[in-house]
Amino acid sequence: MTAVAETPVSQPRARQRSAFRNLVTVEARLMIREVVPLLWGAAFPMVLLSVIGEFSNGPEKSLGGFSLVASYVPVLIAFTCSTFALQGLPAVLTGYRERGILRRLNATPVGAGRLLGAQLTVNVSVALVATLGILVVGAAGFGVPLPRQPAGFAVALILTAAAMVGLGLLIASLARNPRVAGAVGTMLFLTLMFFAGLWGPQATMPAGLRRASDDTPLGAAVAALQHSMAGQWPSASGLALLAGYAVAFGLLAWRLFRWE
Amino acid sequence: MTKTPPALEITSLRKRYGQKVAIDGLTLRVEQGEIFGILGPNGAGKTTTVECAEGLRQPDGGAIRVFGIDPYRDRARARQLVGAQLQESQLPDKITVAEAIGLYASFYPRPADTGALLARLGLTEKRDARYRKLSGGQKQRLSIALALVGRPRLVVFDELTTGLDPAARRASWKLVEELRADGVTVLLVTHYADEAERLCDRVALIQAGRLAACGRPDELISRAAVPAGVHPTLDDAIVALTTGEA
Repeated sequence: MTAVAETPVSQPRARQRSAFRNLVTVEARLMIREVVPLLWGAAFPMVLLSVIGEFSNGPEKSLGGFSLVASYVPVLIAFTCSTFALQGLPAVLTGYRERGILRRLNATPVGAGRLLGAQLTVNVSVALVATLGILVVGAAGFGVPLPRQPAGFAVALILTAAAMVGLGLLIASLARNPRVAGAVGTMLFLTLMFFAGLWGPQATMPAGLRRASDDTPLGAAVAALQHSMAGQWPSASGLALLAGYAVAFGLLAWRLFRWE
Repeated sequence: MTKTPPALEITSLRKRYGQKVAIDGLTLRVEQGEIFGILGPNGAGKTTTVECAEGLRQPDGGAIRVFGIDPYRDRARARQLVGAQLQESQLPDKITVAEAIGLYASFYPRPADTGALLARLGLTEKRDARYRKLSGGQKQRLSIALALVGRPRLVVFDELTTGLDPAARRASWKLVEELRADGVTVLLVTHYADEAERLCDRVALIQAGRLAACGRPDELISRAAVPAGVHPTLDDAIVALTTGEA
């Protein structure tokens, strides 16, 4: 306890790294203890895919030549990315802000920026694991081929995650508390998932709706994921749109985010 | 330069929030090893002052130094020296006491022994309890433990004993005195004159962002004009010195 009167050592990187690791560990444990986010964001899409798989009967013309279950794989990947980014992340961050947790961390040598980094790490990691799970359930359970254009799929997935995380951070910047963040996040989630084809795959959408869908973040995401799964490189315009959303949301959030 | 810098030196500090002036040319100096009280009415600028000292706010004018370091510009160094117990700061509901103290210990180069610190604050039995399950007093003691875990040379307590019962208040006072015995400088923001009178070597009275008075508690009491026959207390002195009434 005794305060030692010696000159402070400079910040060794090792300590910063171990502090960050500990933040990630604690944030991961806190998410596990919440239970619901993991059930809703990770387990539910896999269950839903299994249910859809039971009703799927091979390739269908009306679905652009995909089976029902294959056309839902990218939709459910968009689902998992957007639940963690739009519903989980902003509620947690606004809660931390409201309760002075970010301010408290800013009074330590580590700073609240690393807590933000830990939250992003945990959410993105869980969403990636859930994405793998969806691919495995689709492949092992219902014969949906794994992405035939893996590099294109990886690019599409990263840009999807980046656009959703950017939007989630923007919600966290604008919402004053977790109640508002939860309501806004859910509203956006439902809207974007509608355009992503959760209630009817893009191939079944009327032409006008389909065009609108292609311009929304998750509509573009699902199209890009779908193409890369089928073996094509995703369209450049779709990827550019996703990247544009990611940059725009990210920059706005960067400008508007408040620690207290 | 063998002279040790003061623990806290504030010179003509100014801070405004939009149109509202929070700190209006405040100057004060806290020597190393002091227990220094900051008192004043609500909205006087007490919390803003300590937040500037903690590097949480950038002053609009003037200078502030902790142990000779600018706490805003040189945050990384200053934050290793300053432990903060902030007003109305909480923790996540489901974090355990042991996780919280272990996590905060990992932020500092030479942390205290967390087991011993929890024992000192009477939290050993609550190690595995989640934050939400703690009583108000236990939460307060945990926030004190987090302020001390980095073995700071200056500790800022913002409303240390607000909401505590008399026994817990006295335990906190004992802790503050033990800190001083260890050579730690303590900055105590409080509404309670009895607390300041009992603990503080010197107190600063802040009003409307300015220093209204500064000195030993007994000096301030003797300065206040109190009607004859009434035994003056520091409370009387505060009222007299900040409102001009006795």
